[in-house]
Amino acid sequence: MIIANLSNAMGVSGNEFEIRSLLYKLAKKYADSIKIDAMGNIVAYKKGAKSKRKLMIAAHMDEVGFVITGIDDKGFLKIARVGGIDPRICVDKRVIVGRDKIPGVITSKPIHLLNKSEREKIVPFSSLLVDIGAKDKNEVKKYLKLGDSIVFDTIFEKLNQKIMKGKAFDDRLGCYIVLELLKKNYEDDLYAVFTVQEEVGLRGANISAYSIMPDYAVILEATGAQDFPNKKDINISPELGKGTCITIKDGNSFASPELLDMSIKLADKYNIPYQFKKTGVGGTDAGVIQISGKGVKTIVFATPARYIHSPVSISSMDDVKSTFGLTDVLLNNIK
Amino acid sequence: MKDLIIKLTEISSPSGSEEKVRNLIRNSIEKYVDDIKIDNMGNLIAIKKGNSKGKSIMFDAHMDEIGVIINHIDKNGFLRFSPVGGFFPIHAVTHRIQFQNGMVGVIGEELRKDYSKVTPLDKLYIDIGAGGKKEAEKYVGIGDVGNYFAKTIVMENRIIAKSLDDRIGCYIMIEAIKRIKKTKNTLYFVFTVQEEVGIRGARPAAFSINPDVAIAIDVTDTGDTPESSKMEVKLDDGAAIKIMDSGMLTNRKIREKLISLSKKNKIPYQLEILERGTTDAFGIQITAGGIPTGAISIPSRYIHSCSEMVSINDVNACIDLTVAFSKEYND
Repeated sequence: MIIANLSNAMGVSGNEFEIRSLLYKLAKKYADSIKIDAMGNIVAYKKGAKSKRKLMIAAHMDEVGFVITGIDDKGFLKIARVGGIDPRICVDKRVIVGRDKIPGVITSKPIHLLNKSEREKIVPFSSLLVDIGAKDKNEVKKYLKLGDSIVFDTIFEKLNQKIMKGKAFDDRLGCYIVLELLKKNYEDDLYAVFTVQEEVGLRGANISAYSIMPDYAVILEATGAQDFPNKKDINISPELGKGTCITIKDGNSFASPELLDMSIKLADKYNIPYQFKKTGVGGTDAGVIQISGKGVKTIVFATPARYIHSPVSISSMDDVKSTFGLTDVLLNNIK
Repeated sequence: MKDLIIKLTEISSPSGSEEKVRNLIRNSIEKYVDDIKIDNMGNLIAIKKGNSKGKSIMFDAHMDEIGVIINHIDKNGFLRFSPVGGFFPIHAVTHRIQFQNGMVGVIGEELRKDYSKVTPLDKLYIDIGAGGKKEAEKYVGIGDVGNYFAKTIVMENRIIAKSLDDRIGCYIMIEAIKRIKKTKNTLYFVFTVQEEVGIRGARPAAFSINPDVAIAIDVTDTGDTPESSKMEVKLDDGAAIKIMDSGMLTNRKIREKLISLSKKNKIPYQLEILERGTTDAFGIQITAGGIPTGAISIPSRYIHSCSEMVSINDVNACIDLTVAFSKEYND
């Protein structure tokens, strides 16, 4: 299953080797041409029936994770985080290290060795280590080196017919949708882009948009759903199963008024479930794509995912279908 | 003059929703320019063509203003909101907010437990007088944007209004457009979008125009009110020629040109160093291969409130300096 393979693949920002080769292989089948640029973005091109304008669809292939910054004499790995990860979720988690996928565990003190004040504190990143069971530094060096990346060890699975569980749904769900869209045929030229280094500052998208200079761009994302019980009647986040999230405004972009209007009308017309993303929070590749070159009309459609940036996310296949469906009708109807 | 300033400042067009003010500006200048267009971001670009010996100059003022965006409507019909740009809670409580459809509401706050602290935005709400969620939804929805509802006052030498930041810059460009009949330099007057949320409009506009030189026109703070921060800019001391702000250093040659033009044409001017804040000039300067950029600032008190204040004499000085630069820049 493609979503499972995408979710399981390693691809920490700056070290997207495995996910990139997987996406390249999958996208190549449907593209007229495909290339990898200097930053490592994949740009797959499909000529349109009429080739009037350039449409860009983009999802980021990278995921949050860690990087090895040191190896101590006893063979423990010192790590730094890559992208936004909460230190509270890290201790004791199983991880996979390096290209050879060596299993490891993030260290912690067991509860009976913690004194009272330690029990109440959050363990800072600076004191987290990864244990791969090595006997010393020399043994580690046989398998790993500084700069190798580390991801959470989570295998994709379906919890039921609709709900799925896995790591890196942010933004492998977007990558999946871009692949599905690449199979379709549109009147305009399509540039399907899988970007790198989104999680560390939108670094790949900027470059790809500049080289393509599209007229329109649709960014496919995953966004945090926080639909667990909340007493106060304020500012609800997206909910699982309620459809694709249309972003009106987030931390770094507004939807193009033209595309926003068109998207809402099309969603209503074709009965595609949608909701609005919580305004003002987060930022996506749209922020840099829209102000690149001469300016680009952008909109973001995001699939809600609970617990993003953690070892495991939960999403609904129905929402993936809504995100795909809305993007598809929009690409067919941009006037 | 008075009518145009009132129209420009009372109109509601927060960042991302600049359509109303864009139409107003377009209608005010269309007959005075050779070409006019709207780019992908929504920037309005008006062109006065020069001759082949002239340079290309981009003048810039942003059309957008700070505001709010509705993110939730509760069961009793109260609206929760996020800021659009630098919308600060200290200016907000009990002020009126107008939405794009003309609906007006009042900003209220949850019970304040500590009166020494300002209530943060997430504890404020907008009351549009609706009896419940259903009634509220007849008038407003998630994603609707609003801004301060405030009457503009034009006195003999003072203007008090919301969104003088940067509609007064737009006014200066409009007046300059009207006054410049013939030009040897090709002039691009760019009314940009989304400055208040991160200088998002100016960069693509500058990239596509790629002018020889650019001048941004925007408001700046002053240091002339009781116990204010130390700043050398004062109301009534003339057009402020920017040296530096927290985003940029202006190009030295352009700065010196602006100073010498002020002296030559007897235009009152002062020099500006702004420690907090920046303008479109910051984005333009580092676009494409880099564009030599200067900035003319209008001294303004109470920026980002519903009662910003500028001096009409300063505004006139800024118009004079803009016109002089368009005519005499030849480097």
